[in-house]
Amino acid sequence: MAEASHGTGGLTFDKTKRQWPNEMNVFGALILIVAIFEGLGALIMGQSFLFDSNDRFDSIFNEARLKIIILQVAIIGIIALGVTQVIISGGIDLSSGSVVGATAMIAMSFAQVAEVNGNPNPKAVFGPAWMDLPILVPIMVGLLCGIFAGMINGLFVAYARIPPFIATLGMMVSARGVAKWWTSGQPISFPTESYAAIGKGMMPVIIFVVLAVLFHLVMKYTLYGKHTYAIGSNEDAARMSGINVARHKVLVYTIAGMLAGVSAIVLTSKNLTAQSGMGIIYELDAIAMAVIGGVSLAGGRGSIIGTVIGALIFGVIISGFTFLRLDAFYQEMVKGGIIVGAVVLDQWRQQRAARRA
Amino acid sequence: MSDTILETRDLTKHYGGVHALEGADFVLKRGEHVAIMGDNGAGKSTFVRQITGVEQRTRGDIIFDGKPVHFAGPLEAREAGIETVFQTLALADDLDVPDNLFLGREKLRFKLGPFSILDYKGMREATLAGLEKTAVKIPNIRNTIRNMSGGQRQCVAIARTATFASKLTIMDEPTAALGVQETAQVENIIRTLKEQGESLILVSHNMRQVFDLVDRIVVFRRGRIVANLMKEDTDGQDVVAYITGAKTGAEYEGAA
Repeated sequence: MAEASHGTGGLTFDKTKRQWPNEMNVFGALILIVAIFEGLGALIMGQSFLFDSNDRFDSIFNEARLKIIILQVAIIGIIALGVTQVIISGGIDLSSGSVVGATAMIAMSFAQVAEVNGNPNPKAVFGPAWMDLPILVPIMVGLLCGIFAGMINGLFVAYARIPPFIATLGMMVSARGVAKWWTSGQPISFPTESYAAIGKGMMPVIIFVVLAVLFHLVMKYTLYGKHTYAIGSNEDAARMSGINVARHKVLVYTIAGMLAGVSAIVLTSKNLTAQSGMGIIYELDAIAMAVIGGVSLAGGRGSIIGTVIGALIFGVIISGFTFLRLDAFYQEMVKGGIIVGAVVLDQWRQQRAARRA
Repeated sequence: MSDTILETRDLTKHYGGVHALEGADFVLKRGEHVAIMGDNGAGKSTFVRQITGVEQRTRGDIIFDGKPVHFAGPLEAREAGIETVFQTLALADDLDVPDNLFLGREKLRFKLGPFSILDYKGMREATLAGLEKTAVKIPNIRNTIRNMSGGQRQCVAIARTATFASKLTIMDEPTAALGVQETAQVENIIRTLKEQGESLILVSHNMRQVFDLVDRIVVFRRGRIVANLMKEDTDGQDVVAYITGAKTGAEYEGAA
């Protein structure tokens, strides 16, 4: 008899059937990949991957590498938080990379300084009346851009009943068009000091972590989260239970769009410039982070924690390649493989679950 | 309070030229368990769909709990106190038992529109109480539905009736897809509901089950009610005769 019986009606609860949280598997994969790079590092490079082998830092870890790993995934990670919610609800969002591009251009044009070294801003988009604005203006503009794009996605998916793949593909193409049209392809530079502070140093990581914690709580403890899982799990059951499925979907896509907007603000602030090509294939990286983190493309399964670990796996692999001094070309080839591999893994998990049921 | 919980008068449903249900007069007393039997296409499911608001009737009246009702959808019927266990279980596979029981009517700790905070503890306790009441055995209510057997899933669906004070439970072939043991489990729950005075309409093909569980049998044939039999006054052969059309109840002569 298992001692931990949570059974009702006299049945004991079989411990072997207890659900092992999927996040633990993903975390195990992260440890495994780190271990592989440690091994290869010791073998090929003669130095440690994550640990401080040269006594450069106060702690036992190679802090510089840890920072880079997290920093380089933080901005796409913010998008992945929204994409995770969309996929859990049974949809997909291919537009986030382009929404980042369009939002970057539009938000940045409200964040410019009037004078650079005493001369008028050479990259000015608007007249002097629209420069040196308070920081709240570009932030609000950026958030509203993301919200607007996400809401359009949601309305097409929920009310026009267009498959999410097609609706967000359309937004992907259109938003990229907006990004190019805004300044006829010219980059926008020279933001105000306060705007540049948003993405300075480790700020992107802090923003990513705060948003991850926030949305973890939202997905786990609120009506919004519960209904998102329910819709992705069985849309008919959700509808029969009286959930306003269409309205909820619009909300999910809108939040995903807003997070793409946040990502664009952080990205432009960090780079001190906005270009129409910003965010290309971010959507695929974000989807890959989610899927690697155990979010099922069939909907209903996955978590924010899983996606955060998935993002870390992504960062570790990219850093690991740099650490082993492999060319960036190989990184891209392997990244493509990881994305497809993660989907194959998801398919396999689904089939296994279907067989068990 | 009258002792009739549900009454239909001349309940009729036409799908274009197909008369799926024709002039059904039906009465269910409080606490009574009635079985609806009939061949495939006899109008059983159509009858249930009119009562639960899944479809809109062509004509006729439905009087539920003393008042004429017009349910726009299954949700309204549920709010009025009619719980239905559908053939296709309306459960979300990735959620656990309390989540499913309370889906769409969650207990909240803090109201904030879509971002209201869920009262998990309250829902778990109410679920346990509901399961205890029906003697439903589920090893762990925090397991997701995906990891449950067909019988356990059916039990979860049925436990909804016990968790929410419903006035009428309708089950559409609750054991059609279940094994012997699981069927016995579901039948035990139905007996528990009887002891607690729950009114029940059971749609079933299973003659043994019907004679085991209910007080009265109503037979449908070709869209019409052809017999209304107290369990004591009939037997299996008799019921089969009504189902196949070899016999028609005296009061229904000329109807079919």
